[in-house]
Amino acid sequence: MRCTEAQTLIESYVDGELDLVRNLDMEQHLGDCSACSSMRQQALELRSRIRQEAPYFRASADLKEKVRAVARAERTESRRSWVPMWTWSGAVAAVLLLAVITFGVVRRAAESSRHQIITQEIVADHIRSLMANHLTDVTSTDQHTVKPWFHGKLDFAPPVDDFAAEGFPLIGGRLDYVDGRSVAALVYQRRQHPINLFVWTADGKYAEKLNRQARQGYNILSWSRDGMTYCAISDLAADEMQSFVDLLQK
Amino acid sequence: MRFEEAVLPHLDAAFNLARWLVRDSADAQDIVQEAYLRAWKGFAGFHGGDGRPWILAIVRNTCYTWLRKHSRRDLTVEFDEAAHTHETSTPNPERLLVEKTNRDVLQHALEELPAEFRESIVLRELEGLSYKEISEIAGVPVGTVMSRLARARARLRDCIAAADKGGPTCGAQKLKL
Repeated sequence: MRCTEAQTLIESYVDGELDLVRNLDMEQHLGDCSACSSMRQQALELRSRIRQEAPYFRASADLKEKVRAVARAERTESRRSWVPMWTWSGAVAAVLLLAVITFGVVRRAAESSRHQIITQEIVADHIRSLMANHLTDVTSTDQHTVKPWFHGKLDFAPPVDDFAAEGFPLIGGRLDYVDGRSVAALVYQRRQHPINLFVWTADGKYAEKLNRQARQGYNILSWSRDGMTYCAISDLAADEMQSFVDLLQK
Repeated sequence: MRFEEAVLPHLDAAFNLARWLVRDSADAQDIVQEAYLRAWKGFAGFHGGDGRPWILAIVRNTCYTWLRKHSRRDLTVEFDEAAHTHETSTPNPERLLVEKTNRDVLQHALEELPAEFRESIVLRELEGLSYKEISEIAGVPVGTVMSRLARARARLRDCIAAADKGGPTCGAQKLKL
Protein backbone atom coordinates (compact mmCIF):
# COMPACT_ATOMS: atom_id res chain seq x y z
CA MET A 1 0.00 0.00 0.00
CA ARG A 2 1.22 3.48 -0.85
CA CYS A 3 1.04 6.48 1.43
CA THR A 4 -1.52 8.27 -0.74
CA GLU A 5 -3.90 5.36 -0.50
CA ALA A 6 -3.16 4.78 3.18
CA GLN A 7 -3.90 8.41 4.02
CA THR A 8 -7.32 8.34 2.42
CA LEU A 9 -8.13 5.14 4.28
CA ILE A 10 -6.66 5.95 7.65
CA GLU A 11 -9.88 7.17 9.24
CA SER A 12 -11.85 4.20 7.98
CA TYR A 13 -9.13 2.03 9.40
CA VAL A 14 -9.35 3.68 12.81
CA ASP A 15 -13.14 3.42 12.62
CA GLY A 16 -12.83 -0.31 11.97
CA GLU A 17 -14.60 0.01 8.62
CA LEU A 18 -11.98 -1.52 6.29
CA ASP A 19 -12.45 -4.95 4.81
CA LEU A 20 -10.14 -7.69 5.99
CA VAL A 21 -7.72 -7.54 3.08
CA ARG A 22 -7.22 -3.80 3.17
CA ASN A 23 -7.04 -3.91 6.93
CA LEU A 24 -4.05 -6.26 6.71
CA ASP A 25 -2.43 -4.13 4.01
CA MET A 26 -2.90 -1.10 6.18
CA GLU A 27 -1.35 -2.72 9.23
CA GLN A 28 1.63 -3.74 7.23
CA HIS A 29 2.03 -0.27 5.80
CA LEU A 30 1.72 1.37 9.19
CA GLY A 31 4.50 -0.85 10.48
CA ASP A 32 6.79 0.46 7.73
CA CYS A 33 5.76 4.10 7.46
CA SER A 34 6.24 6.53 10.32
CA ALA A 35 4.37 9.40 8.57
CA CYS A 36 1.19 7.36 8.19
CA SER A 37 1.67 5.88 11.60
CA SER A 38 1.64 9.32 13.16
CA MET A 39 -1.55 10.13 11.27
CA ARG A 40 -3.13 7.12 12.84
CA GLN A 41 -1.93 8.33 16.20
CA GLN A 42 -3.57 11.72 15.59
CA ALA A 43 -6.82 10.07 14.62
CA LEU A 44 -6.79 7.96 17.77
CA GLU A 45 -6.03 10.98 19.93
CA LEU A 46 -8.87 12.99 18.46
CA ARG A 47 -11.26 10.13 18.97
CA SER A 48 -10.31 9.68 22.62
CA ARG A 49 -10.58 13.42 23.23
CA ILE A 50 -14.05 13.53 21.72
CA ARG A 51 -15.15 10.52 23.73
CA GLN A 52 -13.76 11.89 26.97
CA GLU A 53 -14.54 15.57 26.59
CA ALA A 54 -17.70 15.89 24.54
CA PRO A 55 -20.60 15.56 26.99
CA TYR A 56 -23.12 12.79 26.50
CA PHE A 57 -26.50 14.30 27.30
CA ARG A 58 -28.79 11.83 29.01
CA ALA A 59 -32.56 12.02 29.08
CA SER A 60 -33.95 13.49 32.31
CA ALA A 61 -36.19 11.48 34.60
CA ASP A 62 -39.02 13.77 33.59
CA LEU A 63 -38.56 13.04 29.89
CA LYS A 64 -38.29 9.32 30.60
CA GLU A 65 -41.59 9.41 32.41
CA LYS A 66 -43.32 11.30 29.59
CA VAL A 67 -42.06 8.95 26.94
CA ARG A 68 -43.02 5.94 29.03
CA ALA A 69 -46.52 7.35 29.18
CA VAL A 70 -46.67 7.22 25.37
CA ALA A 71 -45.67 3.57 25.52
CA ARG A 72 -48.18 2.87 28.28
CA ALA A 73 -50.97 4.27 26.16
CA GLU A 74 -49.84 1.86 23.46
CA ARG A 75 -49.83 -1.08 25.82
CA THR A 76 -53.41 -0.55 26.93
CA GLU A 77 -54.45 -0.34 23.32
CA SER A 78 -52.67 -3.48 22.22
CA ARG A 79 -53.95 -5.39 25.24
CA ARG A 80 -57.48 -4.55 24.30
CA SER A 81 -56.96 -5.43 20.68
CA TRP A 82 -58.46 -8.68 19.40
CA VAL A 83 -55.62 -9.08 16.97
CA PRO A 84 -52.56 -8.75 19.17
CA MET A 85 -49.02 -9.30 17.99
CA TRP A 86 -47.66 -12.80 17.88
CA THR A 87 -46.72 -13.18 21.46
CA TRP A 88 -47.88 -15.88 23.83
CA SER A 89 -50.74 -13.74 24.93
CA GLY A 90 -51.53 -13.30 21.24
CA ALA A 91 -51.73 -17.05 20.74
CA VAL A 92 -53.93 -17.46 23.81
CA ALA A 93 -56.20 -14.66 22.63
CA ALA A 94 -56.42 -16.26 19.19
CA VAL A 95 -57.52 -19.56 20.72
CA LEU A 96 -60.09 -17.74 22.81
CA LEU A 97 -61.34 -15.90 19.78
CA LEU A 98 -61.75 -19.22 17.98
CA ALA A 99 -63.80 -20.56 20.88
CA VAL A 100 -65.98 -17.49 20.74
CA ILE A 101 -66.59 -18.04 17.04
CA THR A 102 -67.59 -21.66 17.68
CA PHE A 103 -70.17 -20.56 20.16
CA GLY A 104 -71.71 -18.23 17.66
CA VAL A 105 -71.77 -15.10 19.72
CA VAL A 106 -69.03 -13.53 17.72
CA ARG A 107 -70.93 -10.66 16.21
CA ARG A 108 -71.99 -9.06 19.37
CA ALA A 109 -68.66 -9.62 21.09
CA ALA A 110 -66.77 -8.19 18.15
CA GLU A 111 -69.01 -5.16 18.00
CA SER A 112 -68.67 -4.38 21.67
CA SER A 113 -64.91 -5.01 21.68
CA ARG A 114 -64.56 -2.83 18.60
CA HIS A 115 -66.38 -0.14 20.48
CA GLN A 116 -64.05 -0.61 23.45
CA ILE A 117 -60.96 -0.45 21.27
CA ILE A 118 -62.09 2.76 19.60
CA THR A 119 -62.90 4.32 22.97
CA GLN A 120 -59.51 3.32 24.31
CA GLU A 121 -57.84 4.83 21.25
CA ILE A 122 -59.73 8.03 21.78
CA VAL A 123 -58.60 8.18 25.41
CA ALA A 124 -55.00 7.55 24.32
CA ASP A 125 -55.24 10.20 21.55
CA HIS A 126 -56.62 12.68 24.04
CA ILE A 127 -53.85 12.01 26.58
CA ARG A 128 -51.15 12.25 23.94
CA SER A 129 -52.54 15.47 22.54
CA LEU A 130 -52.14 17.08 25.97
CA MET A 131 -48.79 15.56 26.69
CA ALA A 132 -46.46 16.66 23.95
CA ASN A 133 -47.64 20.18 23.16
CA HIS A 134 -49.39 18.67 20.23
CA LEU A 135 -52.90 19.80 20.90
CA THR A 136 -53.34 21.68 17.64
CA ASP A 137 -51.83 21.65 14.16
CA VAL A 138 -53.83 24.73 13.25
CA THR A 139 -54.34 27.15 16.08
CA SER A 140 -57.16 29.57 15.56
CA THR A 141 -60.32 30.65 17.25
CA ASP A 142 -61.80 31.38 13.85
CA GLN A 143 -63.94 28.59 12.46
CA HIS A 144 -63.32 29.94 8.95
CA THR A 145 -59.60 29.29 9.41
CA VAL A 146 -59.93 25.92 11.06
CA LYS A 147 -62.45 24.43 8.64
CA PRO A 148 -60.52 25.08 5.41
CA TRP A 149 -57.35 23.76 7.06
CA PHE A 150 -58.82 20.26 6.81
CA HIS A 151 -59.36 20.55 3.05
CA GLY A 152 -57.30 17.99 1.23
CA LYS A 153 -56.24 16.36 4.48
CA LEU A 154 -59.46 14.39 4.94
CA ASP A 155 -62.03 12.93 2.56
CA PHE A 156 -64.84 14.69 4.39
CA ALA A 157 -65.47 18.19 5.70
CA PRO A 158 -65.99 18.25 9.44
CA PRO A 159 -68.53 20.83 10.65
CA VAL A 160 -66.65 23.49 12.63
CA ASP A 161 -68.49 25.88 14.92
CA ASP A 162 -67.24 28.24 17.57
CA PHE A 163 -69.07 28.41 20.89
CA ALA A 164 -67.09 31.20 22.53
CA ALA A 165 -70.28 33.01 23.41
CA GLU A 166 -71.49 29.94 25.29
CA GLY A 167 -68.18 29.52 27.14
CA PHE A 168 -66.67 26.84 24.90
CA PRO A 169 -64.27 28.71 22.60
CA LEU A 170 -62.75 26.90 19.63
CA ILE A 171 -58.96 26.92 19.93
CA GLY A 172 -57.89 24.93 16.91
CA GLY A 173 -57.75 21.59 15.16
CA ARG A 174 -55.42 18.83 14.14
CA LEU A 175 -55.35 15.51 12.37
CA ASP A 176 -55.44 12.39 14.51
CA TYR A 177 -55.94 8.68 14.06
CA VAL A 178 -58.83 6.56 15.23
CA ASP A 179 -59.58 3.04 14.12
CA GLY A 180 -56.79 3.06 11.57
CA ARG A 181 -57.75 6.18 9.68
CA SER A 182 -57.33 9.92 9.78
CA VAL A 183 -59.97 11.84 11.67
CA ALA A 184 -60.53 15.49 12.44
CA ALA A 185 -59.81 16.54 16.00
CA LEU A 186 -61.35 19.90 16.91
CA VAL A 187 -60.11 21.44 20.09
CA TYR A 188 -62.33 23.50 22.36
CA GLN A 189 -61.67 24.90 25.75
CA ARG A 190 -63.74 25.34 28.88
CA ARG A 191 -61.80 27.43 31.38
CA GLN A 192 -58.50 25.51 31.63
CA HIS A 193 -59.93 22.22 30.38
CA PRO A 194 -59.26 21.29 26.76
CA ILE A 195 -61.93 19.28 24.97
CA ASN A 196 -61.06 17.11 22.02
CA LEU A 197 -63.92 16.58 19.57
CA PHE A 198 -63.12 13.76 17.16
CA VAL A 199 -65.13 13.68 13.94
CA TRP A 200 -65.20 11.04 11.24
CA THR A 201 -67.65 9.68 8.69
CA ALA A 202 -70.16 7.38 10.33
CA ASP A 203 -69.89 3.72 9.42
CA GLY A 204 -72.33 2.28 11.94
CA LYS A 205 -69.51 0.84 13.99
CA TYR A 206 -69.48 3.39 16.74
CA ALA A 207 -72.10 5.31 18.64
CA GLU A 208 -75.31 5.40 16.67
CA LYS A 209 -77.17 6.86 19.60
CA LEU A 210 -75.78 9.17 22.26
CA ASN A 211 -73.46 7.16 24.43
CA ARG A 212 -71.84 8.29 27.69
CA GLN A 213 -68.75 6.69 29.17
CA ALA A 214 -66.14 7.49 31.80
CA ARG A 215 -62.60 6.17 31.46
CA GLN A 216 -59.46 7.01 33.40
CA GLY A 217 -61.01 10.18 34.73
CA TYR A 218 -62.27 11.40 31.36
CA ASN A 219 -65.85 11.79 30.27
CA ILE A 220 -66.52 10.60 26.76
CA LEU A 221 -69.71 11.35 24.86
CA SER A 222 -70.26 9.99 21.41
CA TRP A 223 -73.06 10.11 18.89
CA SER A 224 -73.73 10.06 15.18
CA ARG A 225 -75.60 12.57 13.16
CA ASP A 226 -75.99 13.44 9.47
CA GLY A 227 -73.51 10.77 8.44
CA MET A 228 -70.80 11.84 10.88
CA THR A 229 -69.70 10.22 14.09
CA TYR A 230 -68.67 12.57 16.89
CA CYS A 231 -66.79 11.79 20.04
CA ALA A 232 -66.08 14.46 22.66
CA ILE A 233 -63.63 13.80 25.47
CA SER A 234 -62.42 15.93 28.35
CA ASP A 235 -61.80 15.89 32.08
CA LEU A 236 -64.76 18.24 32.50
CA ALA A 237 -67.64 17.18 34.71
CA ALA A 238 -70.38 15.17 33.06
CA ASP A 239 -72.97 17.97 33.18
CA GLU A 240 -70.66 20.48 31.49
CA MET A 241 -69.82 17.93 28.84
CA GLN A 242 -73.52 17.42 28.31
CA SER A 243 -74.10 21.14 27.75
CA PHE A 244 -71.22 21.17 25.26
CA VAL A 245 -72.79 18.27 23.39
CA ASP A 246 -76.19 20.00 23.50
CA LEU A 247 -74.63 22.97 21.72
CA LEU A 248 -73.22 20.70 19.02
CA GLN A 249 -76.51 18.93 18.56
CA LYS A 250 -78.57 22.10 18.25
CA MET B 1 -41.43 -6.69 19.02
CA ARG B 2 -43.30 -4.19 21.07
CA PHE B 3 -42.89 -0.45 20.80
CA GLU B 4 -41.55 -0.25 24.33
CA GLU B 5 -38.85 -2.83 23.78
CA ALA B 6 -37.90 -1.46 20.41
CA VAL B 7 -37.36 2.19 21.24
CA LEU B 8 -37.52 2.95 24.97
CA PRO B 9 -33.99 1.65 25.65
CA HIS B 10 -32.66 4.21 23.16
CA LEU B 11 -34.06 7.26 24.89
CA ASP B 12 -30.65 8.51 26.05
CA ALA B 13 -29.27 8.16 22.53
CA ALA B 14 -32.33 9.98 21.19
CA PHE B 15 -31.96 12.84 23.63
CA ASN B 16 -28.21 13.11 23.13
CA LEU B 17 -28.64 13.42 19.36
CA ALA B 18 -31.44 15.96 19.68
CA ARG B 19 -29.52 18.00 22.26
CA TRP B 20 -26.44 18.15 20.04
CA LEU B 21 -28.50 19.05 16.98
CA VAL B 22 -30.63 21.81 18.45
CA ARG B 23 -28.16 22.79 21.20
CA ASP B 24 -30.82 23.47 23.76
CA SER B 25 -31.98 21.14 26.46
CA ALA B 26 -35.62 22.23 26.67
CA ASP B 27 -36.08 22.19 22.90
CA ALA B 28 -34.44 18.78 22.73
CA GLN B 29 -36.91 17.46 25.30
CA ASP B 30 -39.88 18.64 23.25
CA ILE B 31 -38.38 17.23 20.08
CA VAL B 32 -37.73 13.81 21.59
CA GLN B 33 -41.30 13.63 22.85
CA GLU B 34 -42.59 14.62 19.46
CA ALA B 35 -40.31 12.05 17.81
CA TYR B 36 -41.55 9.30 20.11
CA LEU B 37 -45.11 10.20 19.23
CA ARG B 38 -44.27 10.02 15.55
CA ALA B 39 -42.51 6.72 16.15
CA TRP B 40 -45.55 5.45 17.97
CA LYS B 41 -47.84 6.38 15.12
CA GLY B 42 -45.51 4.90 12.53
CA PHE B 43 -44.63 1.80 14.47
CA ALA B 44 -46.37 -0.42 11.92
CA GLY B 45 -43.60 0.58 9.53
CA PHE B 46 -40.91 -0.82 11.81
CA HIS B 47 -39.95 -4.29 10.66
CA GLY B 48 -37.97 -5.54 13.62
CA GLY B 49 -34.22 -5.48 13.94
CA ASP B 50 -32.31 -2.82 15.81
CA GLY B 51 -34.63 -0.07 17.03
CA ARG B 52 -31.81 2.41 17.58
CA PRO B 53 -31.15 3.56 13.99
CA TRP B 54 -34.88 3.57 13.39
CA ILE B 55 -35.74 5.88 16.29
CA LEU B 56 -32.63 8.02 15.72
CA ALA B 57 -33.69 8.61 12.11
CA ILE B 58 -37.06 9.86 13.37
CA VAL B 59 -35.40 12.04 16.01
CA ARG B 60 -33.07 13.45 13.39
CA ASN B 61 -35.91 14.30 11.01
CA THR B 62 -37.87 15.90 13.82
CA CYS B 63 -34.80 17.99 14.71
CA TYR B 64 -34.33 19.18 11.13
CA THR B 65 -37.98 20.08 10.84
CA TRP B 66 -37.59 22.08 14.04
CA LEU B 67 -34.36 23.72 12.84
CA ARG B 68 -35.99 24.71 9.56
CA LYS B 69 -39.02 26.08 11.35
CA HIS B 70 -36.84 28.13 13.63
CA SER B 71 -34.73 29.04 10.60
CA ARG B 72 -31.47 28.08 12.21
CA ARG B 73 -28.96 29.06 9.66
CA ASP B 74 -26.50 26.29 10.39
CA LEU B 75 -28.48 23.93 8.24
CA THR B 76 -26.71 22.73 5.10
CA VAL B 77 -24.07 25.36 5.56
CA GLU B 78 -21.07 24.59 3.47
CA PHE B 79 -17.70 25.00 5.02
CA ASP B 80 -15.62 27.78 3.70
CA GLU B 81 -12.15 26.61 4.61
CA ALA B 82 -10.59 30.01 3.99
CA ALA B 83 -13.02 31.69 6.34
CA HIS B 84 -11.98 29.41 9.16
CA THR B 85 -8.26 29.82 8.89
CA HIS B 86 -8.25 33.59 9.34
CA GLU B 87 -9.67 34.91 12.52
CA THR B 88 -10.01 38.65 12.46
CA SER B 89 -11.99 39.57 15.53
CA THR B 90 -10.19 39.84 18.82
CA PRO B 91 -11.81 37.55 21.32
CA ASN B 92 -12.80 38.78 24.71
CA PRO B 93 -9.95 37.66 27.03
CA GLU B 94 -12.26 36.72 29.84
CA ARG B 95 -14.33 34.50 27.66
CA LEU B 96 -11.16 33.09 26.18
CA LEU B 97 -9.99 32.08 29.63
CA VAL B 98 -13.22 30.29 30.36
CA GLU B 99 -13.13 28.49 27.08
CA LYS B 100 -9.57 27.43 27.54
CA THR B 101 -10.42 24.35 29.49
CA ASN B 102 -10.18 21.33 27.24
CA ARG B 103 -13.75 20.31 27.57
CA ASP B 104 -15.06 23.67 26.53
CA VAL B 105 -12.77 23.92 23.56
CA LEU B 106 -13.97 20.64 22.19
CA GLN B 107 -17.63 21.08 23.03
CA HIS B 108 -17.63 24.52 21.49
CA ALA B 109 -15.87 23.38 18.36
CA LEU B 110 -18.35 20.56 17.97
CA GLU B 111 -21.33 22.82 18.55
CA GLU B 112 -20.11 25.23 15.91
CA LEU B 113 -19.95 22.56 13.22
CA PRO B 114 -22.79 22.59 10.68
CA ALA B 115 -25.53 20.22 11.78
CA GLU B 116 -24.79 17.47 9.25
CA PHE B 117 -21.16 17.33 10.32
CA ARG B 118 -22.03 17.52 13.99
CA GLU B 119 -24.48 14.64 13.79
CA SER B 120 -21.93 12.46 11.99
CA ILE B 121 -19.43 12.94 14.83
CA VAL B 122 -22.04 12.42 17.54
CA LEU B 123 -23.37 9.24 15.94
CA ARG B 124 -19.92 7.86 15.19
CA GLU B 125 -17.96 8.80 18.31
CA LEU B 126 -20.58 9.09 21.04
CA GLU B 127 -22.94 6.38 19.83
CA GLY B 128 -20.34 4.19 18.15
CA LEU B 129 -22.53 3.59 15.10
CA SER B 130 -21.15 2.21 11.85
CA TYR B 131 -20.93 4.20 8.61
CA LYS B 132 -23.80 2.17 7.26
CA GLU B 133 -26.04 2.89 10.23
CA ILE B 134 -25.20 6.59 10.06
CA SER B 135 -25.96 6.62 6.35
CA GLU B 136 -29.37 5.10 7.04
CA ILE B 137 -30.15 7.59 9.76
CA ALA B 138 -29.01 10.61 7.75
CA GLY B 139 -30.44 9.26 4.48
CA VAL B 140 -27.21 9.79 2.54
CA PRO B 141 -24.75 7.39 0.91
CA VAL B 142 -21.91 5.92 2.96
CA GLY B 143 -19.41 7.96 0.91
CA THR B 144 -21.10 11.15 2.08
CA VAL B 145 -20.89 10.00 5.68
CA MET B 146 -17.17 9.38 5.23
CA SER B 147 -16.51 12.77 3.72
CA ARG B 148 -18.58 14.54 6.38
CA LEU B 149 -16.67 12.74 9.12
CA ALA B 150 -13.34 13.57 7.51
CA ARG B 151 -14.16 17.26 7.19
CA ALA B 152 -15.61 17.47 10.66
CA ARG B 153 -12.55 15.84 12.17
CA ALA B 154 -10.18 18.08 10.26
CA ARG B 155 -12.09 21.06 11.57
CA LEU B 156 -12.02 19.80 15.16
CA ARG B 157 -8.30 19.15 14.89
CA ASP B 158 -7.75 22.72 13.68
CA CYS B 159 -9.74 24.10 16.59
CA ILE B 160 -7.81 22.09 19.14
CA ALA B 161 -4.50 23.07 17.59
CA ALA B 162 -5.51 26.74 17.60
CA ALA B 163 -6.55 26.54 21.25
CA ASP B 164 -3.33 24.78 22.23
CA LYS B 165 -1.36 27.62 20.68
CA GLY B 166 -3.41 30.08 22.70
CA GLY B 167 -5.05 31.34 19.56
CA PRO B 168 -8.68 32.30 19.13
CA THR B 169 -11.18 29.62 19.96
CA CYS B 170 -13.33 28.16 17.26
CA GLY B 171 -16.48 28.97 19.16
CA ALA B 172 -15.81 32.64 18.65
CA GLN B 173 -15.66 32.28 14.91
CA LYS B 174 -18.71 32.59 12.78
CA LEU B 175 -19.35 30.32 9.92
CA LYS B 176 -19.47 32.08 6.62
CA LEU B 177 -22.88 31.64 5.07
